[in-house]
Amino acid sequence: MTAAAELSRAGSGRVDQLRTFARRNPTIVAGAGLLVFMALVAVSASLIAGDAQFLNPSERLRGPSAVHWFGTDHLGRDVYARTVFGARISLVVGIAVAILSITSGLAIGLVAGYFRRVDAPVMRLMDGLMAIPGILLAIALVSLNRASVGIVIVAISIPEIPRVVRLVRSVVLTTREQPFIEAAIGGGSRHWKIILRHILPSTIAPLIVQATYVMASAILTEAGLSFLGAGVPPEIPTWGNMIASSRLFLASAPWTIFFPGTCLALVVLAVNLMGDGLRDRLDPRLARRM
Amino acid sequence: MIAYIARRLLSMLPVVAIVAMFVFLLLHLAPGDPAAIIAGDNATPENIAQIRKALGLDEPLWRQFLVWAGSLAHGDLGKSMFWNEPVTTLIAQRAEPTASLAFTTLSVAIVLAITMGVTAAAKPGTATDRFVMGFAVFGFSVPVFVVGYMLIFVFAIALKWLPVQGYTPIAEGVAPWLRNLVLPSVALGLAYVALIARITRATMLDVLAEDYIRTGRAKGVAARPLLLKHALKNAAVPIVTVIGIGVALLIGGVVITETVFNIPGIGRLVVDAITRRDYPIIQGVIMVFSGIYVFVNLLVDLSYTLLDPRIRY
Repeated sequence: MTAAAELSRAGSGRVDQLRTFARRNPTIVAGAGLLVFMALVAVSASLIAGDAQFLNPSERLRGPSAVHWFGTDHLGRDVYARTVFGARISLVVGIAVAILSITSGLAIGLVAGYFRRVDAPVMRLMDGLMAIPGILLAIALVSLNRASVGIVIVAISIPEIPRVVRLVRSVVLTTREQPFIEAAIGGGSRHWKIILRHILPSTIAPLIVQATYVMASAILTEAGLSFLGAGVPPEIPTWGNMIASSRLFLASAPWTIFFPGTCLALVVLAVNLMGDGLRDRLDPRLARRM
Repeated sequence: MIAYIARRLLSMLPVVAIVAMFVFLLLHLAPGDPAAIIAGDNATPENIAQIRKALGLDEPLWRQFLVWAGSLAHGDLGKSMFWNEPVTTLIAQRAEPTASLAFTTLSVAIVLAITMGVTAAAKPGTATDRFVMGFAVFGFSVPVFVVGYMLIFVFAIALKWLPVQGYTPIAEGVAPWLRNLVLPSVALGLAYVALIARITRATMLDVLAEDYIRTGRAKGVAARPLLLKHALKNAAVPIVTVIGIGVALLIGGVVITETVFNIPGIGRLVVDAITRRDYPIIQGVIMVFSGIYVFVNLLVDLSYTLLDPRIRY
């Protein structure tokens, strides 16, 4: 067999594998597909859309047309271009919040679960933090600082941390009672080695699922904050900002709200679908129930 | 039982104290001078000095916290910078719309969600079940304000069935009060219904797989009592837990819903405070909403003894 034929066979094997995977996990594939599409849109925004900031007062509040696919807003800006660029902020904030809150929650949770002495105080702090409504905490954090994407990311991450800490801690508490941990302690392993080598791996599967839910909620919160005027600065096109600035024109130009709103809902839906699919796969006990 | 309730009420205190600590530190550990932040961009040095004096910002941090926490314990949330009125008064003035919205949303959402969850679990895999599951994922993904504007556009602008925005106090009649609350309640309740319907379905499926359900079916218990009495009662604890946890969702949603529907409630108070940088209001509303959340979840804990006689304290 020639190398080329072998390669194509291996390729078709992989395609078959993908097909089987898609049949068994339709929600993961649907969610991930939609998300990848949105990510491509976000990355290639400057190629597929025109200037999102260009003001054209003579073309104010025009409905969708061949020139302006999603119509124009009250300043004559192209809603399509703004929606496409808005995908960037949503995805960046969603992913950054997921990474930031999962890593900090993981670190705190590992320490709290493993070292009994710090457990109680840390968990009381987390209980208190969890009692504060996330969006209000974020509002307070953003309005105390100069509005920027970075501040918004930090402000949304902090309220998400306690839930991650609780999850990690519960995994650590059950894992540390396993005989292999005792064996590792008996064998003279250092604490940090036990944590990193023997406990950390069992937190990964639940954390992947949690990360998708954090991402979905972060995208919603970012849009909410922008909408309330406590988020990303208004000159940056985000879906929340677009809806906030167009809300007075709902009756005359519903497209200015409809398109960014639909994209927002689709992205969150994609992330949630992926999360549900991953949970079904990684946690068979819950599969097909939730 | 009374001793237990008292003990649980006391156990709320540390959590509330930690919330207070976070809320206090929020303003004082933020980069920059809190007095300058409060005074805003156009403040003169005299303004800043005045605010610093009024807030006691020259004192050491721990003493400031004690003073602040002390007045908090007396129910004093400080004075609004913009209105120059006590924050508690401002919150009390705006409590009715928010309480009304919460009441209509909670009552309709819980009944609707449990009905949906039970119906779906009774016939898993059918079209009804798939509809409920689809609704649950969808409802959890659409942002409150997008739903709100869609509802306004369809039912208020296009069909003209309901008022676009605003709030009518209940004192002016129940019908106009309700008419104004229909759309906001639907927008606010959507995610909450999705959450509760989902957990109801999941726990009902677990309970329906139990042996005693099979026994009940075998001895001829009719489908309805079996579902509602034997199964739902035993599924109650996780459902009620999620109803409590989900209140956080409602609190966040209230802030946005009141802005969309122009309802002069506590949520609007805090949103208006953002642009005015009126921190005492932001701090006060966070304290009140966090307190409500902790209290609701205390009630949920207490309800376990009523729902499941096996749980005793």
